[in-house]
Amino acid sequence: MSSNPDTWERGGIDNDQRIETLARIRCVLLQHGRLGKDAMQLAENDDLYAAGMTSLASVNVMLALESEFGVEFPDQMLNRSMFITVGAIEAALRKAAGA
Amino acid sequence: MRQPFEKPRALEPSTLELIDAIRTKVVDVAAQYADEVDRHARFPAETLNALREVRALSAAVPRELGGMGCGMRELATMCSTLAGACGSSAMVLAMHHIQVACLVRHGLSSPELRQYLKDLAANQYLLGSMTSEVGTQGDTRSSICAVERAAGRFTLKKDATTASYCAYADAILVTCRRASDAAASDQVLVLVKQKDSALKQTTTWDTMGMRGTCSPGFRLESSGPEQHIVPGAFADSSAQTMVPYSHILWSSLWWGIAADAVAKAGQFVRGEARKQPGTVPPGATRLAEASAQLQALRHNWLALACEFDELAQRPDGMQQLLTMGWALKMNNLKITASEAAPQVVHKALQIIGVLGFKNDSKYSVTRHYRDVLSASLMISNDRIAGKSAAMLLVFKDE
Repeated sequence: MSSNPDTWERGGIDNDQRIETLARIRCVLLQHGRLGKDAMQLAENDDLYAAGMTSLASVNVMLALESEFGVEFPDQMLNRSMFITVGAIEAALRKAAGA
Repeated sequence: MRQPFEKPRALEPSTLELIDAIRTKVVDVAAQYADEVDRHARFPAETLNALREVRALSAAVPRELGGMGCGMRELATMCSTLAGACGSSAMVLAMHHIQVACLVRHGLSSPELRQYLKDLAANQYLLGSMTSEVGTQGDTRSSICAVERAAGRFTLKKDATTASYCAYADAILVTCRRASDAAASDQVLVLVKQKDSALKQTTTWDTMGMRGTCSPGFRLESSGPEQHIVPGAFADSSAQTMVPYSHILWSSLWWGIAADAVAKAGQFVRGEARKQPGTVPPGATRLAEASAQLQALRHNWLALACEFDELAQRPDGMQQLLTMGWALKMNNLKITASEAAPQVVHKALQIIGVLGFKNDSKYSVTRHYRDVLSASLMISNDRIAGKSAAMLLVFKDE
């Protein structure tokens, strides 16, 4: 999404690495998101809750992300909007890794 | 995020007047009809009329729309004041405030909903609730039914397992899926006016307690202007409004029921003491225990009501209400209050003895006991504990 400042702030980061991160996020969603559609086909800005993710499933997604990426999300990040799209999760992971 | 506890704002003079009017006028009416309402499981119409007379039904409506703009602490005080006289009446008032708050906090961008709130204040309309549904196993955060839109109108059909006093409400707030192809958890709230709907009662409401809330199952068929669909997602209005208003107002009224039972126990113990000055009656120690439990219960809901009012004043308040930390606080309050209140009423019964057990004695706490037992079932504590358990797997309480 061009309006997302994260997209252009990431100048130095290898784009391949980002694509790989998004794929790993989609894998986590496939296993734990209990979505009504194929997680691997999700666009970066598709609303995960509209795709059927419940609040209970989102907790499992958070847990699996913490394990997959070796990060801990601080409490302030544990809310709906932080995990609403694949892109938002990618941004949250970078924020958590930098925190 | 932890913050120092700030001193709560003083209550507004006009609100104090309203609370005083409830205490002096409405409570008497509620107490007069409470037994009859309970015995016949009939709607507390007299209490509702008395609430309308003191304009309590627009307490949560903003002042610019003709209401009083009351905060959580003020609404909770109203509900707890009424609860001792008639639990059912207090629950109807609480449910009404919860629905009004959903419209006030999420519907004001819609001119039609704004106008409805003005009409509600002017006419003291009663707003009912329909969140349960046949087939969702009590999970209010998922729906089977869906609202459909065509040519500026909505149509909505819902088969509800329990629907709060819907036969007596001027309008109902109904949860449903956003559209026929939406996921079960992708919900919206719809304001359904009585004139836009047909209700068919499908089950009875012959319950152990809270008999006057008259909340049997209904099959709803409705159609109305599309603008009556509340903007935004129910996921947000649920977390930011319906859940906090429900758990804080319910807790305050459960405390009110327990406090009235303890007041009766106190009256009984003092009577015993007068018979034998110099001897502490056997129930006095239990009364001291009940008094301590009651205080803890009161401060639990009061502190969270004040915290909510504080958040409501902050620019990031709505965001804070979406955090897991706040959700856990609400779950903890609901579970703690709904478990403690019946225990306190039980203690009051042990103090009073058989006179408390009798339905027709002035010390009777039988209705209190039956009413307060609904607390752990109104949104099952087991379901809430399960959600808290899941959240605690990622929440660090830093």
